[in-house]
Amino acid sequence: MPTYRFRVDGKNVSVNAEEEMPLLYALRNDLGLNNPHFGCGLAQCGACTVHLEGEPVRSCVMPVSAAAGKAVTTIKGLGTPDKPHPLQAAYVSEQVPQCGYCVNGWIMTAAAYLKKNPKASDGELRDALSGLKCRCGTHVSILRAIKRAQQQMA
Amino acid sequence: MLSRREFFKTSGALVVSFATPGFVAEALSQAKPGLLPTELDSWIAVLPDGKVSVFFGKMDMGQGLDIAVAQIVADELDVAFEKVGVVMGDTATSCNQGGASGSTGVSNGARLLRRAAAEARRVLVEGAAQKLGVAASDLHVVDGTVFAKNETSKRVSYADLIGGRHFHHKVEWNKANGNAMDIKVPAKLKAPDEYKVVGKPLARRDVAWKVFGTDDYVTDVRVKGMLHARVIRPPRPACKVRGVDEGSISSIRGARVVREKDFVAVVAPREWDAVRAAQMLKIDWHALDGAFPEMAKLYDHIREAKVVKREEPVKRGDVATAFSKASRLIEAQYEWPFQSHASMGPACAVADVKPDACTVWTGSQKPHFVRDGVAKLLGLPQDKVRAIWVTGPGSYGRNDAGDAALDAAFLSKITGKPIRVQGMRADGTAWDPKAPACVHRARAAVDASGKVIAYEFVSKGFSRQHIATNESDPADSLVGQSIGVPPKGTQTFGTPAESYGFENKLLAWETIPPLVESCSPLRTGHLRDPVGPEIHFGSEQFIDEVALAAGVDPVAFRLKYLTNPRHQAVVKAVAEKAQWGSLGKGKGLAFAERNGTAVAVVAQVEVERKSGRLWARKIWVAHDCGLVINPLQLRSTIEGNVVHGLSRTLYEEVRFDRDSVTSVDWASYPILEMPDAPESIEVVLIDRPELAPTGAGEPTIRVIPAAVANAFFDATGVRLRTAPLNPERVKAALKGN
Repeated sequence: MPTYRFRVDGKNVSVNAEEEMPLLYALRNDLGLNNPHFGCGLAQCGACTVHLEGEPVRSCVMPVSAAAGKAVTTIKGLGTPDKPHPLQAAYVSEQVPQCGYCVNGWIMTAAAYLKKNPKASDGELRDALSGLKCRCGTHVSILRAIKRAQQQMA
Repeated sequence: MLSRREFFKTSGALVVSFATPGFVAEALSQAKPGLLPTELDSWIAVLPDGKVSVFFGKMDMGQGLDIAVAQIVADELDVAFEKVGVVMGDTATSCNQGGASGSTGVSNGARLLRRAAAEARRVLVEGAAQKLGVAASDLHVVDGTVFAKNETSKRVSYADLIGGRHFHHKVEWNKANGNAMDIKVPAKLKAPDEYKVVGKPLARRDVAWKVFGTDDYVTDVRVKGMLHARVIRPPRPACKVRGVDEGSISSIRGARVVREKDFVAVVAPREWDAVRAAQMLKIDWHALDGAFPEMAKLYDHIREAKVVKREEPVKRGDVATAFSKASRLIEAQYEWPFQSHASMGPACAVADVKPDACTVWTGSQKPHFVRDGVAKLLGLPQDKVRAIWVTGPGSYGRNDAGDAALDAAFLSKITGKPIRVQGMRADGTAWDPKAPACVHRARAAVDASGKVIAYEFVSKGFSRQHIATNESDPADSLVGQSIGVPPKGTQTFGTPAESYGFENKLLAWETIPPLVESCSPLRTGHLRDPVGPEIHFGSEQFIDEVALAAGVDPVAFRLKYLTNPRHQAVVKAVAEKAQWGSLGKGKGLAFAERNGTAVAVVAQVEVERKSGRLWARKIWVAHDCGLVINPLQLRSTIEGNVVHGLSRTLYEEVRFDRDSVTSVDWASYPILEMPDAPESIEVVLIDRPELAPTGAGEPTIRVIPAAVANAFFDATGVRLRTAPLNPERVKAALKGN
């Protein structure tokens, strides 16, 4: 099996894997990073979302080989309890997640989107976040949290 | 604030710390009593540092139930909220209170811990009275320290009295397990006006770790030496395995097949290898052809199917005679499809079976019943199985988690290795137990004055419990059925929950046989508020239809006929909040009760005729569940109900062809997404401190479908009597209008 070297949350890592193995399995099993979740394996829900060079990708379908030489950021690398990303802080303030299994998708997608479009309107946010799933029905509080983060980031 | 993991370390350390040298001598002489509901120690412990652990036999699925429990205990015990930790969902530390079930977490679950806390306080104050030489009636407690009222220098803390040691004190148990478990204590409970913590909008403790990714889900549990497994569900219902070509996965190092009768799985040291092996494995299935009706004829099938069981829970007056006197007869039928739990991720479980014991980590909302089911499946005594609940990818009923737990245990026993099972998307969408499809027949008679003189509402559908409410019996699991255990197939359904005082009234239900008896992806079981949205989609639309026929406004009609003042109150409250006025503004109302909780909803919709998009733009809710423990968490629980309800109303429908379920992922089982989330959800909480709290996890979802359908009618003049109200149906219904 080939070896792939890349960076995850600022650390250099290497993984031996089939080139087509999804990045998610490398992150979770080879690197022991539990926070990206398997939700569908089909890029239909977002639970596995990480940033690749700052862009949100669905790690359940992206082959590990595509990460070679690049920088991956997981939600754990986005911010920490001591230095939270504004979205994470807003998520805590608004008490957003219920089961929380979907959190990666919303926060990682919104973080990348707000960077490009910090003043996005309600309608733009809704469109930008379509394709993501939440089964506990926390959508309204997700929007509240993102708008709170927008204010903080302004 | 402690992280969850830290708190568990602290509170879980109780048992371990008894063996620690240097601990108070008394403690070493004391053994922990057995985990029996009759022992106060089974419910509550005071730790050496004065923190308190309570052991809860239900669990929070992300709605803040544990916070409500901690608030109730803090008040009853007189300790700070921050000091109360709630240990949930481990069969080694909690009695079987039934797990998450029927929105009874506060009403049934917390009630017992409240009593245990009151009794612990009574025992501790008595102990302080002896120690201080002051009568118990002259003592009071502030944050875990007992003071003499007149001489505050006389004081002793709970920690000094018992910290780290056991009470060895009995409470009276009603001998029931599950939701019905109850205890009685001599201690007097506090009156609502004495509450200081109950009623506060306190934050949850599980939010931060979920947002920062710093703690584990059940999917993250790893046991040394474990193998990854994928169970291969058959392509059709009730398939038999004729043969398995093990050579078809020989190119994957370490992967192997596990087969027992019609149960087939692959295991491998690496997860990706298990996934690939499951895709590559060639199995010769003997399939049952044409087991399902044509999907387009599902409701005809239900109407024509033989009735297995009928019950008439409400039968008042002489309905038949009253109908014969009708000056106007109103009739309608409503149809609701199969729906899937389609949890956020497919279920996962880890099991470690040793020769004489088993530990299983599960996301099931009922770990005590996982324990019982695993014990039965493996032939182990119940006390040799430990089930540990770990937060999973959401759970709103008997989803695929129950199957995953039994699968993992079964595979661990056969392989002799710890096993981690996780499904693929189709296992959570196509193969979870389904909410039952059903048809509702409604009739009402109105006399010349516009009065309703007869009313009849009969639901007919698949049983809500062909698969039982929990996995305590392998008969109710796919692994059990695959190895030949026949399902029990309990027959039950339900009727509308309301208090309309129609003189002649019949509410009834009828169940029909399952499409396939065993191993069916369309087997039916409990999904959030089982049969609630299904039934009230019909009954609360029909009330609007009768009101229209009687020439009365829907709000006025309900207020006229509802007999329970709490029911009237929520209807009034929501109408006021939503500024219910003249019709024709795209607003619709629905009301229902659920086990003592009354809820009314107004939806305001916008309809795009061209695309068929129906957007529930604004939602107003009035909610009365008695005493409100935590308004913040209650509101978010209600919001979740609203959106989950909108998703089920507008989008969700399990699709199938004659041979198999074709809803296998999010593309073939669409749910509500962000563009269709409501613009606002406004909630009125009617707090009734004098009334014991009832549930909130499910009541609101049952009124969402009819509120939306009634709003659609108000906007368009067209009735949608078949769910979901998706763009195709909306377009078809509006054609020619």
